[in-house]
Amino acid sequence: MRYSGFRVIKEALTGHRGWKPAWRDVAPQAEYDYVIIGGGGHGLAAAYYLAKQFGGKKIAVLEKGWIGGGNVGRNTTIIRSNYLLDGNEPFYEFSLKLWENLEQELNYNAMVSQRGILNLVHTDAQRDAARRRGNAMILNGSDAELLDADGVRKMYPFLNFDNARFPIKGGLLHRRGGTVRHDAVAWGYARGADQHGVDIIQNCEVTGFRIDGGKIKGVETTRGYIGAKKVASSVAGSSSRVMSMAGMRLPIESHVLQAFVSEGLKPTIPGVITYGAGHFYCSQSDKGGLVFGGDIDGYNTYAQRGNLPVVEDVIESGVSLIPALGRVRLLRSWGGIMDMSMDGSPFIDKTHIEGLYFNGGWCYGGFKATPAAGWCLAHLLATDTPHETATAYRLDRFRSGLIIDEKGQGAQPNLH
Amino acid sequence: MLINHPILGPRDAAEFTYLGDAALIDRPNWQADDAAEAFHDYLYLRDNPAGLHRELWFHEQGDRSWLVVTRNTLTHEITSVELARDVALARGRGKE
Repeated sequence: MRYSGFRVIKEALTGHRGWKPAWRDVAPQAEYDYVIIGGGGHGLAAAYYLAKQFGGKKIAVLEKGWIGGGNVGRNTTIIRSNYLLDGNEPFYEFSLKLWENLEQELNYNAMVSQRGILNLVHTDAQRDAARRRGNAMILNGSDAELLDADGVRKMYPFLNFDNARFPIKGGLLHRRGGTVRHDAVAWGYARGADQHGVDIIQNCEVTGFRIDGGKIKGVETTRGYIGAKKVASSVAGSSSRVMSMAGMRLPIESHVLQAFVSEGLKPTIPGVITYGAGHFYCSQSDKGGLVFGGDIDGYNTYAQRGNLPVVEDVIESGVSLIPALGRVRLLRSWGGIMDMSMDGSPFIDKTHIEGLYFNGGWCYGGFKATPAAGWCLAHLLATDTPHETATAYRLDRFRSGLIIDEKGQGAQPNLH
Repeated sequence: MLINHPILGPRDAAEFTYLGDAALIDRPNWQADDAAEAFHDYLYLRDNPAGLHRELWFHEQGDRSWLVVTRNTLTHEITSVELARDVALARGRGKE
């Protein structure tokens, strides 16, 4: 069923009896060409592009829970292409270009809103770093503008400009960045994949791999054995658990990142603001809630909830940047589990097991990568060669030394 | 989270910084033939289990001792806390 304004009017006039489920509820078949583990944004996008762009046939997406119940529904919905390093920025720029055409591509309203992201700077050194980053972005086809304090003041007069310790000196504005309705991304890709013949199988947890002579044969699941020529794991947050069933240890720790939303307010913050002196970022949802977050809790965890010290830390940062936040009530907070990798960058790669592929290690940047991660994983599955924007995302990069460490923190996952 | 420090008693986890898996105590022998491979695994690969996890915490805002905390990564429940020094000595560290 194609969605359109005409369809909405027609359904409104006929009692909304014509709507159909956005994707089929199917039982697993005995054998597939491609099995993608994980029905999050990345897995669904990979299945969609594999079927549509790369002519893949007989594709299944296996989801332990339900579509939209994992990190794709837990993030803070920001999309951006403002990375510094060569291994990253072309990939994220590719992703942002896919975002820009996503709704037309999927015939689905994902509320893609390029409202701009402003990274604030508070010192001369930060301004230099922002200028360098902006130039790297522009060289890779993205957009960046360096604002002075007056430029920031015109956009966001309510910020705490004259903080004695961290005055706002300016900011790096990335106008094409913004926000997207995150659940709609999962639903849109699921619907699109389904329309191209992909089987989306929910409540189907993978419990083991069947590997014979170094070659993948299929996966054991809670809904029985499923044979497959190629299997891809796309389960960020639980990557270590899934890949350990194939005998692999990964350069990843699982950590929790908390996110927060305030009570609904009148339009207050038109874009996305990130604080340069504390770890805090904030935007406003279309329902009016201020959506914000900060640091990860910093210890290994698979519990989808964090602890109070980080809540306090994030809100302190927020109030020091936007004093008016002190009058706003927090509505709720939640946590999502991140694959924190050893250099803060992701993996889209083959493994040493023939026919087993891996997509993970997204740290807390997986949502913005959704379209390109899906595309690049599909490219890898279909052609056995990495997509040109994802050549650096190798699993063996710590052995080769070709790490992609945006923050320069070294092999300490909780600092990235 | 409260960490029951063996010397100081229950302390807020916010007083500590976190390093990671307590397997980091077992630093490979740099003179072994396979040292390069062993250090790659030591530095970059992690078991990252869901369930009991032995991990290193540093009491930075306290007595600056290193602890080995056994904690469940599914529930955050802490079941044992030892001085990392005792654990390392028991594992034969400091003798080679």
